[in-house]
Amino acid sequence: MALYSSTVMDHFRNPRNVGVIEDADGIGEVGNARCGDIMTMYLKIEDDIVKDVKFETFGCGSAIASSSMATELIKGKPVSEARQLTNKAVAEALDGLPDYKMHCSVLAEEAILAALDDYYKKHPEKAPE
Amino acid sequence: MRIYADNAATTKMSRTAIDAMVSVMEEEFGNPSSLYEIGQNAREILEKAREDVAVVIGAEPREIIFTSGGSEADNQAIRSAGALGKRKGKKHIISTAFEHHAILHTLKRMEEEGFEVTLLDVHENGLITPEEVEAAIREDTCLVTIMYANNEIGTIQPIPEIGAICKKHGVLFHTDAVQAMAHLPINVKEQNIDMLSCSAHKFHGPKGTGFLYARKGIPLRNLIEGGAQERGLRAGTENVAGIVGLAAALKEATDGMEEKMAHVAAMRDRLIAGLKQIPHSALNGDETRRLPGNVNFCFEGIEGESLLLLLDDRGICASSGSACTSGSLDPSHVLLAIGRVHDVAHGSLRLSLGEDITEEEVDYIIKNVGEVVEYLRGFSPVWRDLMSGKTEFIL
Repeated sequence: MALYSSTVMDHFRNPRNVGVIEDADGIGEVGNARCGDIMTMYLKIEDDIVKDVKFETFGCGSAIASSSMATELIKGKPVSEARQLTNKAVAEALDGLPDYKMHCSVLAEEAILAALDDYYKKHPEKAPE
Repeated sequence: MRIYADNAATTKMSRTAIDAMVSVMEEEFGNPSSLYEIGQNAREILEKAREDVAVVIGAEPREIIFTSGGSEADNQAIRSAGALGKRKGKKHIISTAFEHHAILHTLKRMEEEGFEVTLLDVHENGLITPEEVEAAIREDTCLVTIMYANNEIGTIQPIPEIGAICKKHGVLFHTDAVQAMAHLPINVKEQNIDMLSCSAHKFHGPKGTGFLYARKGIPLRNLIEGGAQERGLRAGTENVAGIVGLAAALKEATDGMEEKMAHVAAMRDRLIAGLKQIPHSALNGDETRRLPGNVNFCFEGIEGESLLLLLDDRGICASSGSACTSGSLDPSHVLLAIGRVHDVAHGSLRLSLGEDITEEEVDYIIKNVGEVVEYLRGFSPVWRDLMSGKTEFIL
């Protein structure tokens, strides 16, 4: 049995939305190098829609795949929906992660939420009640 | 192209060893403890294997106890020395911080049972000095156990010198030679070794077989109680086929070893020189006092598991000391022991070459490691911060 599902390997080998958005509306970075995982998420938001999202990740195969899948799950979605993203949704969309790799999906969720928090900080008028 | 460069993890079995095992399994199924001819034939084969093994390391056949592998041999050596020490009121053991877990975890257990353990610090080059061992020896020291060559970074300890010091102080000396056997010349008498552990699958023999050498006169304690096999020191019907495979593989691997290892070392040096060209990388462990086939690097700004997976896609089998590959939160205790910080230790790569490695394969590895490292750095936030000057390079 392979370590990862074919979906994880696909997102690891061909990560979607890799890179940086120079004029991002929200940036979130979570994790630390000491633990071996860091994710940075960049959001471009227009009319309350996640117009574009990009990521940079230092980490293992499942960290890269989780980042990639998380960006796919929120891209083009209303901000209100993106805020609902959970690590469970990321892991399920990847057809599962090994137990000891679940924290990678948690990190992906946290990175997206951190980027949204940053967006609200810059646009307090958009912040939810 | 498929290049197996993880020979420190395990090796491909040799045809000679397989043939020897199959022949035993097909023709000599007897129990060596049985009195009739079929049993005695198996006994003869077993004792011939013991002689063959003993000759290779300069021991006597009765000093070889066959085990299930290196871990069992390590456990038995430490437990035996501990039991002997306890009887004499000596409950202090000296080892190093970067031993194999078969040693470290056993020592941890000994500590719980009232022993005191001194783990010597390893220098940045992955070596310790005989003087440091001598300085740590106390009146109540019953054992010094130091690995011959490290499994991750391949550094070779000054074993004969350490052995001489132990002899001088009347302390038992054990060495885990799992990685060294059949790669370095080993002679237990000339090198002052009291006990030594070995595993067959590291030199093209079968898994699940190994042996413990224990100098005549050292009272061993058995870990497995039962019948009187292995002179009562290791119960259980002998794994005759496995033992025959071990002996055949060891004989083959040590035949012309010097020449084979000179080739492997030349390939290692070519690989090291090539990988050094990758910016912000560093070799782990001393450059020359290391196993002929061992190459271990840290690359800043990337994580080891993703490197391994992408190298696998390109046909290269290797390993890493990153936390993700160890299944724990911390990276390799070996890399931490030689002073690599966590951030850098996560980005380690071990390539352990086999005897059949070619120049072309080495060049293929150099090219592909370079490309994959560059690719992963391309979207690593750690690398981004290093390049922008936000954080400082360590390597």
